[in-house]
Amino acid sequence: MKKLLALLATLIMGAAFAQYDGVEINIVTFTGPQIAEPLQRHGAEFAAATGAKVNVITVPFSDLYQQILTDAATGTNSYDGYLFAPQWMVDYIVPGYLEDLTPRVEADSALDWEDVGPFFRDFSATYDGKIYTIPLDGDFQMVYYRTDVLDELGMEPPATWDDYLAIAAAADGKDMNGDGEADYGSCIGKARNNQGYWFITSIASAWIQSQGTSQGAFFDTETLEPLVKNAGFQKALEFYVASTEFGPPDELNLGVGDTRGLWTAGRCALTLDWGDIGTLAISEGSQVNGKTGAVILPGSTEVWNRETGALETCNDELCPYHVGGINHAPFAAFGGWSGAVNAAASDEKKDAVYALFSYMNQPAQSNADVTVGATGMNPYRTSQFENNQAWLDAGMSQEAADSYLGAIKDSLNSPNMVLDLRIPQNQRYQQIVLDTALAQLLAGEIDTEEAMEQIYDGWQEITDEIGRDDQLAAYRATLGVER
Amino acid sequence: MNQSISNPKKQLEPGTNPLFNWLNRHAGLVFILPSVIIVLALSIFPLIISAYLSLSRLKFVQGGLEIKFVGFANFRKLLLGSERKHFRGDLGVLSIWQWLFVALVVALLIYLLSRYIRSQEFKIGGLIYRIVVFSILSWGSYYLMQNLSSDGRPGTVVVTLIYVFVGLFFQYFIGLSLALITTQKLPGRRFFRTIFLLPMMITPVGIGYTFRMLTDTSKGPFKPILRAFGLEEYSWVSDPWGARWAVVIGDVWQWTPFVFIILLAAIEGLPNELFEAAHVDGANRWQIFWNITMPQIIPVSATIILIRMIEAFKIIDLPNVLTFGGPGTATESLTLQSFFNWRTLDVGGSAAIGYMLMFISLFIATSYANLIYQKLRRF
Repeated sequence: MKKLLALLATLIMGAAFAQYDGVEINIVTFTGPQIAEPLQRHGAEFAAATGAKVNVITVPFSDLYQQILTDAATGTNSYDGYLFAPQWMVDYIVPGYLEDLTPRVEADSALDWEDVGPFFRDFSATYDGKIYTIPLDGDFQMVYYRTDVLDELGMEPPATWDDYLAIAAAADGKDMNGDGEADYGSCIGKARNNQGYWFITSIASAWIQSQGTSQGAFFDTETLEPLVKNAGFQKALEFYVASTEFGPPDELNLGVGDTRGLWTAGRCALTLDWGDIGTLAISEGSQVNGKTGAVILPGSTEVWNRETGALETCNDELCPYHVGGINHAPFAAFGGWSGAVNAAASDEKKDAVYALFSYMNQPAQSNADVTVGATGMNPYRTSQFENNQAWLDAGMSQEAADSYLGAIKDSLNSPNMVLDLRIPQNQRYQQIVLDTALAQLLAGEIDTEEAMEQIYDGWQEITDEIGRDDQLAAYRATLGVER
Repeated sequence: MNQSISNPKKQLEPGTNPLFNWLNRHAGLVFILPSVIIVLALSIFPLIISAYLSLSRLKFVQGGLEIKFVGFANFRKLLLGSERKHFRGDLGVLSIWQWLFVALVVALLIYLLSRYIRSQEFKIGGLIYRIVVFSILSWGSYYLMQNLSSDGRPGTVVVTLIYVFVGLFFQYFIGLSLALITTQKLPGRRFFRTIFLLPMMITPVGIGYTFRMLTDTSKGPFKPILRAFGLEEYSWVSDPWGARWAVVIGDVWQWTPFVFIILLAAIEGLPNELFEAAHVDGANRWQIFWNITMPQIIPVSATIILIRMIEAFKIIDLPNVLTFGGPGTATESLTLQSFFNWRTLDVGGSAAIGYMLMFISLFIATSYANLIYQKLRRF
């Protein structure tokens, strides 16, 4: 049925976009195989239907940001389209490297734009009132747990980060996949220069942001002072170090790809990851199909009071969105892979790149892609949350589908959701300063105090370098804070 | 034909062609100009541009790039700002043994200085040069010990120096040993000469991935051995010194063949008469090696060390692929630190690290060339 729909869509698209005969487009993304695989697959379908030639160029994730920027800035323009992290878009939009897609999106009924989740339409696609990207993925970090292991331990899924550590400690060393080897209580991809630096925000947010999304979890919205030198962030760093004790011995060198492999091999009781785990668990060869549960990011019963500077127990005033005395602050880490068009490409190439991203975004393709773990794509359309039939068809049990989609929905609907950093040069703040300090902390090179000091100084230095007022305005705009 | 060989000047007689006349008059310039242009374009010009970039900040603005001059801000950040611990490392308190090491280095340098003063080579300029170099080396040994003390931590400068000197030490001695073995009349020596060369032909990225698999204690080939010793929970790339050793071993594995092949050629080129005479005089193998082979290959060795030292300062592929510079920043070299900065388009910061690396390698290479290399070449 899925194949038939895809074929039908391809034929319709063929009729609609036959004018791309002879048009060659280059799209750059990261090595994958996630994201790159569906891009290559749909690229081939698109090429067969429209006559366009689609070249997919892949680079390591850590190189993607600068590859796009240097290609556009030097006028090389070897890429006609980009599939990247939308939080970087500000660095590409301000110098004028991305095409304004608003008119195209407004004229594109096949896109069913209104069905794309409001958060993704706003955060992942729009900047300064104009649409610059087409979302192809929806990203939230969640905690996954082994339902069978927790049943055996008689423990509930983690509601707080303390619960997480308690479960990890209890499960660590048990054989969870029947291979006779001791397995791990917790698996978190903590490798440097990978995607690990998002995890610390997922953890710290529970202590740092309690007053709703506009409060912000990275900087003070009045002074742009970094929120990384306080009792809340210290708690998060302590948790991050403590969780390593229950992880694989080489956890410091494991990326998310590695921990996902460990999860599907049944070697971990808990993990912290994006939505990919839910669909990977039902993939071929998985040993945890039917044994994977998901919850919204755990919270904390205490939060950092920005006025007193102390950790205080949650109450209605301090944590207006608490659930049973626990402050949850789900983190929309990364925002989800999104496609953009190079403003310097020729008009026919722009049209072809847009048409390809539109094709990938359309329900016929995306509804199937988001149910396959290997694609790296997670749900981002409202209809994908409302109707879980596609997930059941893909092999997920009713219980697992409810748990998985429920955790994403809880995150998406939280008024205390944490938005990722989308200010100019956010890559330097996160991938250099934050990532380096975290790696040093985990390696025992520095302690939590030194880590906080290092991140604080580094972020202040970058802010002063770029311009505090401009950065503050950009940060406030991202959070929707009105002066 | 014989005439043209015996009287080449006549053959080059300019005649009446003005272009030929001009070329003949400016032959020196004509021959050297292409090389000068290439060197200027590919080396000097980028060096000047990167010097300017190291004093600037790059910003992407509407329609292009904005390069803003910021003076020494990028260097200040490295030496005194938020990057200081990353770059310089943590400076701890020296133990008694470390003080002793520093004292020994200083005593050795003073001894060398006094020897120079008493020598016939003595010149005031040479003395001043040596005082400057020896002062920097004394401070360097103190700084090295501060980094290596129990409450200290090596920064990218010291990590790079470890790669250079520890790697060089093993490469030289293993390369020399292999060269000596393969010059013996042993069965299969031709086969092994080829085998020993193979690592040099493999791309460093390939070596990085190979060593990544080898050091993987959860799936790698050494898992059964580690398990047998009860070390299944140990991951040597998660341990700072374990990871540094993994990089050094990979680097030694790759570059020993370079040392091996040059020393092999040098040893094979030594005149046979010397060895025959030594045998006739009853010298044993060690005496032959120490008194005949070694002095003859010292000039070649000095050149190998200089080439490898300059090259080793630029190590990047292996720590990047093998450990991503981790755990923490334990295996991060200066080039890798520069690359990480460049990757987020902090081009000014990246260029500043590049220049610091150039100053350090230039100082060490010129000191070696002026104070040691010349002497060794005279052997």
